[in-house]
Amino acid sequence: MTDVSAKPVAHTQGKFDHIFYVLRANPVTLIAFAMFALLIFSAMFGPALVPYDPLATNASNALQAPSWAHWFGTDNVGRDVFSRVIVATRLDLSISVAAVALSFVVGSILGCIAGYWGGWPDIILNRFLDTIMAFPLFVLAMGIVAALGNTIENIIYATAIINMPFYARLVRAEVNIRRDAGFARAAKLAGNSDVRVLALHIFPNALPPMMVQVSLNLGWAILNAAGLSFIGLGVSPPTAEWGIMVAEGANFIVSGEWWLAVFPGLWLMIAVFTFNLLGDGLRDIVDPRKRT
Amino acid sequence: MLATSPRLRATLLRVAQSIPVVIGVVVISFLLTRALPGDPAVYFAGVAADTESIEQTRVAMGLDKPLFQQFFIYVGNLLQGDLGQSLSSGRSVAADLAKRLPASLELTLTALLLAIAIAVPLGVLAATRPGTWVDHLCRVVVTAGVSLPTFFTGILLIYIFYYLLGIAPSPLGRLDFIYLDPDHVTGFYLIDAALIGDWETWRGAAKQLILPATTLALFTLAPIARMTRAAMLTALSSDFIRTARAAGLSNRTILYRYAFRNALLPVVTTLGMVFSFALGANVLVEKVFAWPGIGSYAVEALVVSDYAAVQGFVLAMALLFVALNLVIDLLYTAIDPRIGFSSK
Repeated sequence: MTDVSAKPVAHTQGKFDHIFYVLRANPVTLIAFAMFALLIFSAMFGPALVPYDPLATNASNALQAPSWAHWFGTDNVGRDVFSRVIVATRLDLSISVAAVALSFVVGSILGCIAGYWGGWPDIILNRFLDTIMAFPLFVLAMGIVAALGNTIENIIYATAIINMPFYARLVRAEVNIRRDAGFARAAKLAGNSDVRVLALHIFPNALPPMMVQVSLNLGWAILNAAGLSFIGLGVSPPTAEWGIMVAEGANFIVSGEWWLAVFPGLWLMIAVFTFNLLGDGLRDIVDPRKRT
Repeated sequence: MLATSPRLRATLLRVAQSIPVVIGVVVISFLLTRALPGDPAVYFAGVAADTESIEQTRVAMGLDKPLFQQFFIYVGNLLQGDLGQSLSSGRSVAADLAKRLPASLELTLTALLLAIAIAVPLGVLAATRPGTWVDHLCRVVVTAGVSLPTFFTGILLIYIFYYLLGIAPSPLGRLDFIYLDPDHVTGFYLIDAALIGDWETWRGAAKQLILPATTLALFTLAPIARMTRAAMLTALSSDFIRTARAAGLSNRTILYRYAFRNALLPVVTTLGMVFSFALGANVLVEKVFAWPGIGSYAVEALVVSDYAAVQGFVLAMALLFVALNLVIDLLYTAIDPRIGFSSK
């Protein structure tokens, strides 16, 4: 990657040329995109394609080790672990995507207001964000779910709240430095309202770093949501979800039935890993200088 | 005296800055206890409560008064160290938390020391030898470390070291039942056992501690290694290092006296974020290893809807985190001589 600048770049006209160029130079990002596509595919079509019903129990076939009939083995009531792991993709991705989308929208609005107008909304927002960040974030999420009630929606709200400060701060900083930029003033002079200038001229500049943040955040959101359901919040059995499957499988690990916990945990890890790689890759595309 | 010592002034200023944060934390904790859908008194009185005991709880917690007044009652109780009554243990939440806090602290601090001991040298080596196997190892550890769910790592380690290899003790608590708990001095079993010279118990406690501490360390060392590597790279490419090299200073002096000391500052700053992750992950690790700390206390309380205990735990963790951040920042003023002077 260090000799990128030395190579002659043939196509620099389109944005897509640049993306393809970066992808070719960094095969890891390409793999991340492929894994991402696979995750999306299993979230969309998984429930229709899996060989067994994820909730169907079969007591005579319980705790079977992985075999050709059951790739990931069966659990203590004879459910097929492979089917459950694949089906769970949809729920886990939905929770984290919904949470990240929510914090993206709320964080953007709050960050725009604070960054553009400044003054007391800015001071209040900063105090509020400082207070949220003063909690260990996972612990705050536990507290929120415990307070609002133990449902999947509240897992989403809690995850959204603990992610929100990152977006609000990012947008606030990006908006603030462009508040008095020439193009913003020109748009204002041309008769656009404040809100229009903010939404159509200034905010789009914050999108590239936001996309990187979204990708890195998605992995973290999945980890958080799975962690919450691991300690018994939100998702309730027999629903197939990675965190709760690991929690159920943990009881069997000391007696050697490893496949109950290992496969859902492995899938969870792969999902988080994919989003982290994707985030790093997107950062290369958006801002090559920020690599660490 | 304040005018003569700029460093003391900076320190006092930093301590004063944490006051609004503590107020904010208390307000949010209060709102969380009152955000329960429906009637909070019903929740705090517990599942088995009848109308009379619900009414008693309502009066005892001041829930029949306006919200503003309730807040002052809440703060007044907090100042007296009263976090309410735990329904499951029957004792006060504050007493329960105080009893179990040393277990959590012992685990978290051991894990953090372990993580720093591995991550900092790894980051330095990766930065000084870019492109070698150390650098690649660092990159793999960093990316894999943040992707590993802590509860999953813990279960994997139990499977490998307890079930397959049989070298780890059973993952149940701080000490095997064949040992007696050491006398309570600090609450840290390793320190307490060492104080009375009971090395048998010390070894038993260390054996129980090593797997959960490793699990937590694997999770926390990734951000530390990443930051150390980045900070070292920045420091090594800066002008003062080039000047030092041109002046003919030895490699060793340049690396440790000049680059490392400057790279330390951003690393100390990230420790705040690392603590946030570590305290959260602590809850999961305690659940996996049945570690009798405040994290597993909160998880047990969650299962039986013991709200006072959960909210007390959240508040305690937040105050602990604020205190840790304060210590980090004070440490920062101690190791960076510039900060004291700039605030003159």
